[in-house]
Amino acid sequence: MATEAKGEEAGLVFHPMDQFIIKPLFGDGAITWYTPTNAALWMGFAVIAVIVLMLLGSSKRSIIPSRSQSVAELAYGFIYKMVEDICGKEGVKYFPYIMTLFMFIVCANFLGLIPTAFTPTSHFAVTVVLAMAVFLTVTILGFVKNGAGFLSLFWVSSAPLALRPILAIIELISYFVRPVSHSIRLAGNVMAGHAVIKVFAGFAVITLVSPVSVVAITAMYGLEVLVSFIQAYVFTILTCVYLKDALHPHH
Amino acid sequence: MEGELAHIGAGLAAIGSGAAAIGVGNVAGNYLAGALRNPSAAASQTATLFIGIAFAEALGIFAFLVALLLMFAV
Repeated sequence: MATEAKGEEAGLVFHPMDQFIIKPLFGDGAITWYTPTNAALWMGFAVIAVIVLMLLGSSKRSIIPSRSQSVAELAYGFIYKMVEDICGKEGVKYFPYIMTLFMFIVCANFLGLIPTAFTPTSHFAVTVVLAMAVFLTVTILGFVKNGAGFLSLFWVSSAPLALRPILAIIELISYFVRPVSHSIRLAGNVMAGHAVIKVFAGFAVITLVSPVSVVAITAMYGLEVLVSFIQAYVFTILTCVYLKDALHPHH
Repeated sequence: MEGELAHIGAGLAAIGSGAAAIGVGNVAGNYLAGALRNPSAAASQTATLFIGIAFAEALGIFAFLVALLLMFAV
C-alpha cells in the first residue's frame, strides 16, 4: 500500500507511512519469524537502554544522587507509588512486571523519536503482544486468586436485579474489548504522531510553506515527546487498573 | 470504485476522532474546574483523570481502527 501511493500522484517525495515498513537487517529476503528486522533491532536498543539506565542508576547508591541515579529513582518511585495507590498492598508483588512494561515502552517510544529511528511501539504486532500478555496474566491471576468468585466482576451486585443480566453482557463485552483498546491506543497514538511529522516534512520541500512546515515539525515533535511519555503512563496505569480488578473483583 | 468508496468511508470514520476529542476535552475540562475549586485534592485525582481520558479516547481509537482497516485492509 505504501509503495503504490508513491510518486507524482501523492504529491510527496516520500509516503508518510513508509517509515513503518519492516525491513530485514541483512539482505532483502522474505521476513519469517526468526529474521532479524529493524523492529527487533530497536526493541533490543530499548532493552539495552533500560538495562544501562537502571544499572548505572543503582550502581553507586550515593546519598547525593548523580543524574542517572535521580532518573532511575524517580522512575522507580513513580511506578511504585502508582501500583500501591491503585492495586493496594497486595498489588506490590506484581510491581516488577509493571515496572518492566513501563520502562520498555517509554524507552522504545523515546528512542523512536530519534530521526531515522524505527519505533517498535507504532506496530500493532508489538503492542498486541504486550496487551495480550497483560490480559492473560490478569485473567489467569483473577481465577487463581478468587476461583469462580472472579466472575462476580461481571455481576454488578449494586444494580437492580432485573438489570443485572444485561449489565453482565455489557461487562463481559467490555472485558474482552480491553486488550483491543489497550494495544491500539498505544500503537495508534505513536503511529499517528509520527505520520503527522512525516506529512509536515513532506511539505518542507515546497519553498513557500517550508518555514511554516519546519515550525510545525518542531511543535509536533514537542507534542510527541509528551505523547510518548503519556501513552507509556496510560498503558501502565490501565495495567494497574486491570490488575486491581483481578485482585478485588467485587464491585 | 469500491476502493474509492472505502476511502470515503475512512474519511467518515475520522469524524469519530472529533467525537473522541469532545469526550477527552470534557473529562479534562471538568477535572480542571474541580481542581481549581479544591486544589488540595487535585494531585490525588490525576490517576483518575488519565484513566478517564484513556476510556474516553478508546472509542475514538476504534474509529481510527475502522479508518485504518478501510484504507489498508479492504
